[in-house]
Amino acid sequence: MTGFTVVRHIAARPSIVFDALTIADGIASWWGPHALPVVHAEIDARVGGGYRVHFRTLDGRDHQAVGEILEIDPPTRLIMTYRYTLGGEPIEDGRVSLIQIDLAPVDGGVDLTFNHTGLANAESVVSHTNGWTGALDKLVQNFGAGGERQT
Amino acid sequence: MVNHQAAELDRVFSALVDPTRRAILARLETEESLSIGALAQPFAIKLPAVMKHLDVLGDAGLITRSKHGRTVNVRLAPAPLREAVDWLARYQRFWEPALDRLAAHAEAKEAEVRAAEAEETGE
Repeated sequence: MTGFTVVRHIAARPSIVFDALTIADGIASWWGPHALPVVHAEIDARVGGGYRVHFRTLDGRDHQAVGEILEIDPPTRLIMTYRYTLGGEPIEDGRVSLIQIDLAPVDGGVDLTFNHTGLANAESVVSHTNGWTGALDKLVQNFGAGGERQT
Repeated sequence: MVNHQAAELDRVFSALVDPTRRAILARLETEESLSIGALAQPFAIKLPAVMKHLDVLGDAGLITRSKHGRTVNVRLAPAPLREAVDWLARYQRFWEPALDRLAAHAEAKEAEVRAAEAEETGE
């Protein structure tokens, strides 16, 4: 895939996991990089609907992520855009990225595949979602170590 | 400047989407410098097609080309890859702990629902 992908097994039924992704209280329980309470979460969980999550990081900064639901197929798939209207990483500078979450039922739980891609052109991302990560992993192994920021 | 950086990152990710270009980069990892002819040899595509791929990689800053007499040598330029890796690492640091909490939250809910179900059937 053309971005960051992670797969997590979660020992809960798909409907419960999907609710945690698409109901404001659910989102507020996990969103953000640090275990700080989410300031505000809201979501209109339908195609074309929006979401807004206001959260804080340990450095005291405030961040607000917003986006639009592009695809919602309970309890298996959620695709949404992602953009910071407050805080965030300077490199993003208001541009739109894409999050895709797929749930597959496995052994009474689910395998959750999370993909966040930075490509500006969301359609090109969706059409190129195979066979990328493994190859990148290898490159990452070779070049990731000791990589200095270019900024 | 920030936008410029983001555009560069887009070019790197776009360049990496194609399997032939990834194969070219993988080959350049193991061999420090290769002529275009030597680079094109293992691929089942014609030289002009390879040249086009090299242009894309060059535009993304992933390779450098230098002329030595009548041959052009190609080298890997790892800096933009590091940039892409940094981008990925940043999101990894962002989402992995979040998804850990998502899992903990959903598993706690699951336990609640199961306890409620057991109570219903038990009584």
